[in-house]
Amino acid sequence: MILVFLEHHGGELEKGGLGVLSKAATLDEAAGVVLGPGAGEVAARAGLFGASKVYVLDDDALAAPLPQPRVDALAALVGETGADTVLFASSVLAADVAAALAARLEGGLNWDLTDLELRDGELVGTRPALGDTVLVDVGWRGAPRIGLVRSGALDPVETGGTAEVERFAASYSDFSTLATLVEQTQEESSGPSIEDADVIVAGGRGLGSPEAFSLLEELASALGGAVGATRAVVDAGWYPYSTQVGQTGKTVSPKLYVACGISGAIQHKVGMQGSGTIVAINKDPNAPIFDFCDFGVVGDVHQILPRLTELVRAHRGD
Amino acid sequence: MKIAVCVKQVPDATVHKRIDPQTKRLDRSGEATLNATDLNAVEEALRVQEAHGGEVVLVSLGPEKAVESLRKALAMGADRAVLVADEAAAGSDLLATSRALAAVLERESADLVFFGQAASDGDGAVLWAAVAERLHRPVISQVATLTVDAGSVTGKRQTEHGYDVISAPLPAVIGVSDAINEPRYPSLKGIMGAKAKPQETLAVAELGLAADALGEAGSRTSVLELGPPPSRGDSIKIEDDGSAAQKILDYVLERRLL
Repeated sequence: MILVFLEHHGGELEKGGLGVLSKAATLDEAAGVVLGPGAGEVAARAGLFGASKVYVLDDDALAAPLPQPRVDALAALVGETGADTVLFASSVLAADVAAALAARLEGGLNWDLTDLELRDGELVGTRPALGDTVLVDVGWRGAPRIGLVRSGALDPVETGGTAEVERFAASYSDFSTLATLVEQTQEESSGPSIEDADVIVAGGRGLGSPEAFSLLEELASALGGAVGATRAVVDAGWYPYSTQVGQTGKTVSPKLYVACGISGAIQHKVGMQGSGTIVAINKDPNAPIFDFCDFGVVGDVHQILPRLTELVRAHRGD
Repeated sequence: MKIAVCVKQVPDATVHKRIDPQTKRLDRSGEATLNATDLNAVEEALRVQEAHGGEVVLVSLGPEKAVESLRKALAMGADRAVLVADEAAAGSDLLATSRALAAVLERESADLVFFGQAASDGDGAVLWAAVAERLHRPVISQVATLTVDAGSVTGKRQTEHGYDVISAPLPAVIGVSDAINEPRYPSLKGIMGAKAKPQETLAVAELGLAADALGEAGSRTSVLELGPPPSRGDSIKIEDDGSAAQKILDYVLERRLL
């Protein structure tokens, strides 16, 4: 059986985990696991995405988004259910939980997976490596197998099933509860968050000034998408770190990625080249981004973006 | 205060990286350098040392020649380096690597253990959590602002939903974000002095680990096959003649992306 770690936020299961669950359900019997206060209310919904069962532990000790108590809970559940595989959708929290769980259970961890399949009955993962220039097929030696799936790589598929919700218990290791959350600020964000967005309009140094980001915000709003930024402009303080796409920022794979004034350095490329369609606008005809975009425009973003926003709004009838 | 920093040698960014089709491992024979984001971890360790005194120890797993990369961090100001270099450790996956690092860190019993964000060769992205688990210590990852006092450490980090401030008693394991600081350049004096600093190279047996604890024998993952990524297909490139916005919209509509 495959256990899928399902994160929840604001009373809803996160899309990333549901995507992994949908895939897991095509491979084997799949069960979800939802932890923390409020878990009971959201758990049943996992049935729609292929979970036959959802294990719930809505303990207050799991209220803060800290990895170590979750490792205790998952290790207990793996012991109880005999699950041979535990899968996660990558996030700041899930990555830590997965790695620590691998060490706890001495199970192999493969990460940054973009797909999973069964080959001769064995689980095989796909992992792009070396800046996504090589696709590597990875396997596990023995159980339990732990897998971290790249953010946005797998889409949730609603199949309309129902899941039985079962509560379980866990005790916590002394060292697991030493770290404590002392403060939490939820980011005010309008529109979809960058990792969940179907459309991302991103800007780089080529915009010339931080003010130009307002052009991106308007286009993103017209498209129902989110705004992303390169490391260069985040470093320069033009746009918040939370929107950074790239090797040291977020890895995104929206259906449409509009790169504005972005040269396409490898650091940025690895964070967005999994996007469905990449449209690039850049003044420099030699920018590397033109080597891996689908539709490239050599031109001035300041001219093109306002016009494009207008056309999108007109098309949508706003 | 004793501070350990786990660092890694990676192929130089300017070198064309390749995976050896025979061993299915990254070819590490070319020019190599210290992983860029590890420099943030070294820098933060040095800042803690400047404020609280003590010693900064570099801990690494890699080939013998990794001492050259460690020297850069010694030149920045770290006091000494411990390198686990053993043919039996080659090909270690995350599980095996965390075992080796934990064994060295156990010996060192540092108050703080730092990790950089992610290695540019794609490995070790989440090592801190595995190592903290093995050491039975609290972990705070992706830290962008760090405060250390006599008995505890507090880190502010960014998540998908906002910012968390997390506190833990020492000893603790910290993964830093590359937003945490700007690593210093080694001074000439630092560079001159680096070679003379203590650099210890350990074999697997000296760690008290079984011969099959590291390397492929100690790993629970394997690389089965290598293939090129799927091509993106034909791409279109136009020059804006005033109609680019319309053409972008047409293209997006044609692909049913709206």
